Amino acid sequence: MRRTLEPYLWLLFSGGGVVAALVLPVLVLLFGVLMPLGVLDWPTAEHLGALAGNVVVRLALLVVVVLCGFHAAHRIRFTSEEMLGIARFDLVIALLCYGAAITAGVVAFVVLF
Amino acid sequence: MNAEGTDYRPKRDLLWFARHRTYTLFVLRELTSVFVAWTVVFLLLLLDALGRGAWAEFTALAARPWMIALNVVALAALCFHAVTFLNLAPKATVVRLDGWRVPAWMIQGGNHSAWLLVSAVIAFFVLRGFT
Repeated sequence: MRRTLEPYLWLLFSGGGVVAALVLPVLVLLFGVLMPLGVLDWPTAEHLGALAGNVVVRLALLVVVVLCGFHAAHRIRFTSEEMLGIARFDLVIALLCYGAAITAGVVAFVVLF
Repeated sequence: MNAEGTDYRPKRDLLWFARHRTYTLFVLRELTSVFVAWTVVFLLLLLDALGRGAWAEFTALAARPWMIALNVVALAALCFHAVTFLNLAPKATVVRLDGWRVPAWMIQGGNHSAWLLVSAVIAFFVLRGFT
């Protein structure tokens, strides 16, 4: 039987989908909408710095970035191919999508650790 | 294409996703992934500013009108993603307890409760924490 990467990519996709569903909406609601609109006060840099000072929080953030990145990469890969009819360029598109996800993970690691 | 160039190629329907409500919903659901990607970038911008000690830069950027508009759309897309993805779980996994199949609505209810709980915990730590 030929082994492919596909099941692992799908695992990252579905895991990322769950994490994105549980974690991202509240973050955008707070930092992207309510705080900029002045409904809620911005937390101080000290407060957030203290949160991020906890290694468990930083690891969790890294996991969130990596999994959500792969989730988006996988879905954007197939959606773009179906919507635009460019499935014949799958290899290039896949490399671009997963490459971007890996880059996001590396950036997160550099920023956090 | 063969030598005579007689291969038949049907023309692609470029607007296939606009022809039927279910197709449109399917494509909208798939496109939530673009906003998941954007949110990852937004989060990285936040963490980077925090790490560089440039928090005010980030709050100023986030307060720009186009940025707020973008994030409102992103929030809607993320909620659509959350609802559809969490509702999908019972289709991917069948849970049996002593032969009794746990009904889909219970698994979905559990997922949505987890969503609420996780959101509340995150909001608590971001806004207050134990201080």
